[in-house]
Amino acid sequence: MMAPALEFDRVSRDFALPDGRLYRALDQISFAISAGSFVAIAGPSGCGKSTLLNIAAGLLTPSSGRVHVDGEPVDGLNRSATYMFQQDALLPWKTVRDNVALGLTLSGVTRAEAHARADAWLARVGLAAFAAHYPSQLSGGMRKRVTMAQNWIIDRGMLLMDEPFSALDVHTRLRMETELLALWESRSADQPPPRLRRSAVASANAESLALQETGGQASQAGGDRETGGRAFQASRDRKTIVFVTHDLEEAIALADEVVVLSAGPAAHVVARHPVTLDRPRDLMELRTSEAFVDLYRALWVVLREEVIRSQRSAEATRG
Amino acid sequence: MGDPEARDASRTTIAFWQMAVGLCALSLWQGLVALKLLDPFFVSRPTAIAQRIAIWVIDGSLWRHLAATLEESLLGLVLGAAAGISLGFLLGRSPVLARVFDPYIKMLNAVPRVVLAPLFLLWFGLGIWSKVALALTLVFFVMFFNTYQGVRDAERVLIDNVRMLGATERQLVRHVLIPSALTWIFSSLQTSLGFAMVGAVVGEYLGATRGLGYVISQAEGTFDTTGVFAGMTVLGLVVVIVSAGVTRLERWLLRWKG
Repeated sequence: MMAPALEFDRVSRDFALPDGRLYRALDQISFAISAGSFVAIAGPSGCGKSTLLNIAAGLLTPSSGRVHVDGEPVDGLNRSATYMFQQDALLPWKTVRDNVALGLTLSGVTRAEAHARADAWLARVGLAAFAAHYPSQLSGGMRKRVTMAQNWIIDRGMLLMDEPFSALDVHTRLRMETELLALWESRSADQPPPRLRRSAVASANAESLALQETGGQASQAGGDRETGGRAFQASRDRKTIVFVTHDLEEAIALADEVVVLSAGPAAHVVARHPVTLDRPRDLMELRTSEAFVDLYRALWVVLREEVIRSQRSAEATRG
Repeated sequence: MGDPEARDASRTTIAFWQMAVGLCALSLWQGLVALKLLDPFFVSRPTAIAQRIAIWVIDGSLWRHLAATLEESLLGLVLGAAAGISLGFLLGRSPVLARVFDPYIKMLNAVPRVVLAPLFLLWFGLGIWSKVALALTLVFFVMFFNTYQGVRDAERVLIDNVRMLGATERQLVRHVLIPSALTWIFSSLQTSLGFAMVGAVVGEYLGATRGLGYVISQAEGTFDTTGVFAGMTVLGLVVVIVSAGVTRLERWLLRWKG
């Protein structure tokens, strides 16, 4: 049995309040995420989802408990992961190309090679024409795409995502979610998968879907139907994705499993629910399918309680 | 952005009104003196001032003085920036040092620079170095505070992102902290340059053998108001020209701000 890609072992985290008391954000969180799976962590605002993700990244240390990555305890930064932040994290003084190439140049890849590979990735996310632009000259959706390329180019096994699309409008967001799944479901990170083709006129309409499904999914089709969502087996080539969101719909639409955290303080895991929807998923249609609605209803019952609790405690502190 | 033609049109309109305002003020000045409502002994008159400047240009004395002032300003700017940026970076990276030095920096910054001028004259003599020192003390604090701010305010998420992408501590400084500080430093270039020139001119005014400040103080010594105004005019023109150049440089350096 392989060690899980990421494992929280009774992780708690306290923060010092201005008056000197301790605020317990996370309390005794334990769960494991297997390699190559896509797990969404949902919970009411302020429940400590981001804190948990920062602990997984090694940007924060737990007050007690431990985090294991591929069976090894995390010491310092989690070097198996990249992190897609909620805010814009592109360096504003670097061009789009240099931003995408950054992870490579930092690790000593020559400038020429890093640029060549960055250009290939920019083509893949439909932004080839914007390589020499600065982030401030791009739309929010385009910047997210650059960020995806920046994270994907260095090909680490794990991608941590902290509400990466929450600042986007609904339609751009749907497009980004689709592109994320397309990237993730493609097996090898460096080869554009056969069922994806590049947008022909990326420069003319960069906001248009850069990666489009051309139907059919070769190896996984047919056969394994009886196992439902499991048909699309977690592959070792695929990244492990931990996706934090407060949006239950987004969590179900994207993930293999939804972990629901309770309202803070002392947030803990209140539910873990597998999402057995077939892959690849058509996000345009998924949300109205019966299976999706059933799942949503089942999980919303749990999450609703926590949202109400978090609102009540917010009002209590205000009053 | 907008239509470039419309922008050009508005630029010409602005330029026209800028000229109009200047000409009106000068005509009013000249007219009031001609009507004997103002005494030229106290306020001189625009034509006399222009004449004086022309004489300075022709006999070459203007260039000698201007060169001295610019040299002192530039040296003050470069040295002040070097010192301010270094210390700003050091304290910005080390909260402990920052807290130790904080009261001293505040005290020193509170000292009006004019009172230092005689000291600098005593220490560095009548030559250019006393003026450079004065310009330096003015530039230093602007640069120091901006660098400090820039290093401290480097966005947390940029730092975290670059670290997650694999940056070492040195790479972090190079790719995030320095560029972040540079944006602050560049934005303060205009102010710093102005301060450098003020420092140089005040230094010359209080004791020198060359420079625009010296010219003005000599003229004042003989109640030569025309000379005083001519010196002030030259100084003003130089600042306008130089700052236009700095604006262009700044726009180029910070072109990524879009």
